[in-house]
Amino acid sequence: MIMKIQIELNGRNIEREIEPDLTLLDFVRREGCYSVKCGCETSNCGLCTVWMDNRPVLSCSVLAVRADGHAVTTLEGVQERAEEFGTYLADQGGEQCGFCNPGFIMNVLAMEDELTDPTAEEIREYFAGNLCRCSGYESQLRAILNYFNEKRGKV
Amino acid sequence: MLTIREYKKAESLQEAYELNQKKTSRILGGGVWLRMGDRRIGTVIDLSGLRLDQITEDVDEFVIGCMVTLRDLEMHKGLAEYTSGAIKESVRHIVGVQFRNCATVGGSIYGRFGFSDILTIFLAMDTEVELYHVGRVALSEFIHMPYDNDILVALHVKKTPLSICYLSQRNTATDFPVVACAVSEYGNKTHISIGARPARAEVVTTALFPADEEERRRAVDGVLSKFTFGTNRRAGADYRRHIAGVLIERAYLKIL
Repeated sequence: MIMKIQIELNGRNIEREIEPDLTLLDFVRREGCYSVKCGCETSNCGLCTVWMDNRPVLSCSVLAVRADGHAVTTLEGVQERAEEFGTYLADQGGEQCGFCNPGFIMNVLAMEDELTDPTAEEIREYFAGNLCRCSGYESQLRAILNYFNEKRGKV
Repeated sequence: MLTIREYKKAESLQEAYELNQKKTSRILGGGVWLRMGDRRIGTVIDLSGLRLDQITEDVDEFVIGCMVTLRDLEMHKGLAEYTSGAIKESVRHIVGVQFRNCATVGGSIYGRFGFSDILTIFLAMDTEVELYHVGRVALSEFIHMPYDNDILVALHVKKTPLSICYLSQRNTATDFPVVACAVSEYGNKTHISIGARPARAEVVTTALFPADEEERRRAVDGVLSKFTFGTNRRAGADYRRHIAGVLIERAYLKIL
């Protein structure tokens, strides 16, 4: 059975015909959003993080048909904000292989929108679902704290 | 790999229920458990258009719709206040925010999974499930019902004044719990719910724990003897039993 869906992808309204078991991850990659990666196949790693109606979700576990009528945002849709945070990440050596970064950055920006002035503990908790095999997480935490401190004028 | 032949976004609960009577149909919750394994599903039935994603509150109870996400549960101020933060504690270890934005209360409770943190904590509260066909059933009864083709519509949590604490033990953060424990006091009784045994949570209701430490330890041992514990890759039965006893004591001391 082929289904027709309408999604607002990175601000652009698109209409497509898809299979009912197509995941949102595979859908967005078909649309050229290659920042969204498949990491674990077990809904654990956070690499596939996208926003659905501005909430971070695991695109590997969401059926694309469920996104019908919703707004989906990938890293490609928030490039300016992502680049800004990316400089803080690079400054702290928070990026090594880079594979986890798109999902990680999507979650940082989601956290910025959701939480007000998070503590280090709250940040760690928010990022429990973003796994990184390279970094040990401390450099990433420093990057986030520096980013938030500068944004809030607490340099 | 999950394969689905047909997708239907239900326009009513009746439609969803009728569709779900076919053996090859499945209700779609968050999809995070459904995606695992090699199921071949005939029709997946999506309830997301039925406005079952709300938590409502009145004088008597909380009504938690089946499509409420675990993140919604975590962030709900009313539930946080009622449970003194225990609801948040029960879900905050579950993978990450993105996962909890997908996983639903209905999927978690209907599944009656052994590893379920939220089944464990809701069993320690005055909770009923609302099933579309059968109606309202105590959660403690629901966990013993066979899987069938009914639809879990909502949880009803009566606002009985209570003290409650949730604790769990995990081998690594964000992993399934090795033991899950919720202890509450309401209605002049102590309610102890132990999950991830590795079997699904069960609740034991007993007289209020004595104030004396030695007597309380004996009471905890008596409660523990009513639960069975097993061994799997994550932990052995003896370890689980020991940790469960520790968690019961710690949880009880927190609610004093």
